[in-house]
Amino acid sequence: MSDNLPAVVHEICQAHGGDRTRLMDIVRAMQQKFGCVSGPAMELLAKELSIHRVEIESLVSFYSFLSTRPKGQVVIRLCNDVIDQMAGADEVARAFEEELGIKFGQTTPDGKISLEYTACIGMCDQVPAALVNDVVVTELSTDAARRIVRELRKHGDPTRLVTRHGDGCNGHELVRAMVMNNIRQRGSIIFTPTNRGEAIRKALAITPAEVIRAVKTARLRGRGGAGFPTGMKWEFTRAAGGEQRCVLCNADEGEPGTFKDRVLLTEMPDRVFAGMTIAGYAIGADEGILYLRGEYAYLRAYLEQILAKRRQDNLLGNNILGKRAFKFDLRIQMGAGAYICGEETALISSCEGLRGDPKNRPPFPAQKGYLGRPTVVNNVETLCCVTKILEEGPATFAEFGSQGSTGTKLLSISGDCRSRGVFEVPFGIKLSEVLKLAGGEDAIAVQVGGASGQMVAREEFNRTICYDDLATGGSLMVFGPERNVLEVADKFMAFFVEESCGYCTPCRVGNVLLKDRLERITAGCGEPADLEYLQELGTTVKTMSRCGLGQTSANPILTTLKNFRATYNALVKKRGDGRQPAFDLAAAVAEAETIIGRKSTHAHA
Amino acid sequence: MAKPKVATTSLAGCFGCHMSILDIDERILKLVELVDFDKSPIDDIKKFTGRCAVGLIEGGCCNEENVEVLRSFREHCDVLISLGDCAIMGGIPALRNTIPLQECYDEAYLNGPTVHNPSRQIPNDPELPLLLHKVYPCHEVVKIDYHLAGCPPPADTIWEALVALLTNKPVALPYELVKYD
Repeated sequence: MSDNLPAVVHEICQAHGGDRTRLMDIVRAMQQKFGCVSGPAMELLAKELSIHRVEIESLVSFYSFLSTRPKGQVVIRLCNDVIDQMAGADEVARAFEEELGIKFGQTTPDGKISLEYTACIGMCDQVPAALVNDVVVTELSTDAARRIVRELRKHGDPTRLVTRHGDGCNGHELVRAMVMNNIRQRGSIIFTPTNRGEAIRKALAITPAEVIRAVKTARLRGRGGAGFPTGMKWEFTRAAGGEQRCVLCNADEGEPGTFKDRVLLTEMPDRVFAGMTIAGYAIGADEGILYLRGEYAYLRAYLEQILAKRRQDNLLGNNILGKRAFKFDLRIQMGAGAYICGEETALISSCEGLRGDPKNRPPFPAQKGYLGRPTVVNNVETLCCVTKILEEGPATFAEFGSQGSTGTKLLSISGDCRSRGVFEVPFGIKLSEVLKLAGGEDAIAVQVGGASGQMVAREEFNRTICYDDLATGGSLMVFGPERNVLEVADKFMAFFVEESCGYCTPCRVGNVLLKDRLERITAGCGEPADLEYLQELGTTVKTMSRCGLGQTSANPILTTLKNFRATYNALVKKRGDGRQPAFDLAAAVAEAETIIGRKSTHAHA
Repeated sequence: MAKPKVATTSLAGCFGCHMSILDIDERILKLVELVDFDKSPIDDIKKFTGRCAVGLIEGGCCNEENVEVLRSFREHCDVLISLGDCAIMGGIPALRNTIPLQECYDEAYLNGPTVHNPSRQIPNDPELPLLLHKVYPCHEVVKIDYHLAGCPPPADTIWEALVALLTNKPVALPYELVKYD
């Protein structure tokens, strides 16, 4: 390996034009080839790209799919989000450990297999799930885990673990995944037959300003969750100065419990790419990037083929559909396991070959985004809507949904319900109706909008899914009567502690403190003052954090405090002795007792 | 009316904060007019003689005795103040928190470069308090009402805070007294 390292580094860098902004692809290629990006490799890369080594190291250390030390040839990444755990991921984890003879975070002595945990991989409708390198394995049992290990020991080829294929394009020769689409309800916008090329043809027949007007007339708002009016975003970007503009599609679907973009990319990729092309025409951009999360790498070859086909058919490239002077093409940027990259400015950083650190706003991406160019960042589902709006006209689109929230919304429903999967529902639908559709009527709580969303209690199930009430990117996690909502909140906090980029103190430190205090309460050591503390600190983290992650990370605690106050109140009690009940003197001296060989006189008095 | 009482102690600290108390200079005469000192190294009273208005705690908790002393301060004092960075966050003693306890004992009594210990025994007199597995800041052991930061907190800060508390005024320290850069 060491002999040909310089040659391989040179070759990989050359394949990416020696372009520093393509560092993500370059180090991903290194990781794939060598199982790590080693110190010597970083030195060589730095020289080759004329940058400092620390720039590479800071990137490699940031993403969980990259490492400076060698991992096994096969890496098993078991998803440990709350939905997976409810379905027995912990037992599966033990089975992996026993069969491999190693703990999580370790590699087998022969260097063949590494075992790790990972955050939500977008498979909450088929849990427990894991990634074996790029291969997704779903609905795991302890038996399945043991079988996987035995097979990998035998042939070492993750692709051979897939014995059955999922429905629809999951069976496509370039996908070959056991992933199921689980489309439970088709609505009138997204899951409808499409005439490939029609939307672009119609867009190109009118002026870019008219395209933007159509999107505005449809009152389309962003489907990622924040709900910014898409037409307005495009208008700002078009109006911003500069020669080059860019269209980014955010397919870094990392919000726990969300998986609808996975299904769209599997079944509707042409609609997504058409949406990007139309956005490019509208804002005057000739390049686009689909930012695909590392967990969805199994879709990459398939998507590349769709792109190639579109280029062949003149739906991408120069003079698209004969429109003179309109060119647009796009590339796929792979992520490498970082939730924060779903935040648009962090996503831009990642595309530029940097750590996925969020950037300060303003300037907003519409003014200064990817490589300083005016940039629109749209969600996968938003772009599908754009295509539909151009196909059938804005009036038809706005017929669905409610006044402030037109169209339909894809919901990713998981947890304690009979029917898990993707539901296309009109905006304005009541949460209780959604639960009926999914067979989750006996739920005691629903987490709407993923970990960063809100925990809604039974009393509020008559609220509606729309931007003015329960705004959501689509994640609905259903919790049945036997679940403990505070335990769920604690798991979400663990997720945020792990995924915080660490840049700003309120988020880096605040989330840890929030989690500690919550655990003190669930352990029965809490006092009423602890609830005030949580409220106060949660509000600080929310208001003082730099980006969307920290601004929403306290939500699991703040919304349960609001909606499940009785659960908290039952756990805390006032104490008069002024001591901290969480401090255990006997436990704190136990180690010294063993070392010194006598009992403490204070602890056991 | 009897004067309110103040108690002070140094747990896992260096007595620097107590030095800073003394740094109030001639104002100590004024302080004696305001208060009586109860349990404190200043007057060498070892045991509480009664209820105290204010307790000043220097240092965090590194051993079982620190915990006991701190708890008795909480019992006897109306207002408890963590005085200085060791009380507030463990400070220098807490640097050992990343090192296993056995290694700490070994370094101190067996392997340290200046250790002379031919019997190779770790001192084990019952009078010697056992170490906690890590150093705790005071507020993790008992409730603390105020934190006065600094290493040490300046004499003026201590003075202003004490006088405010003892005269029933809000503790509103001006910026100059709480800025440390």
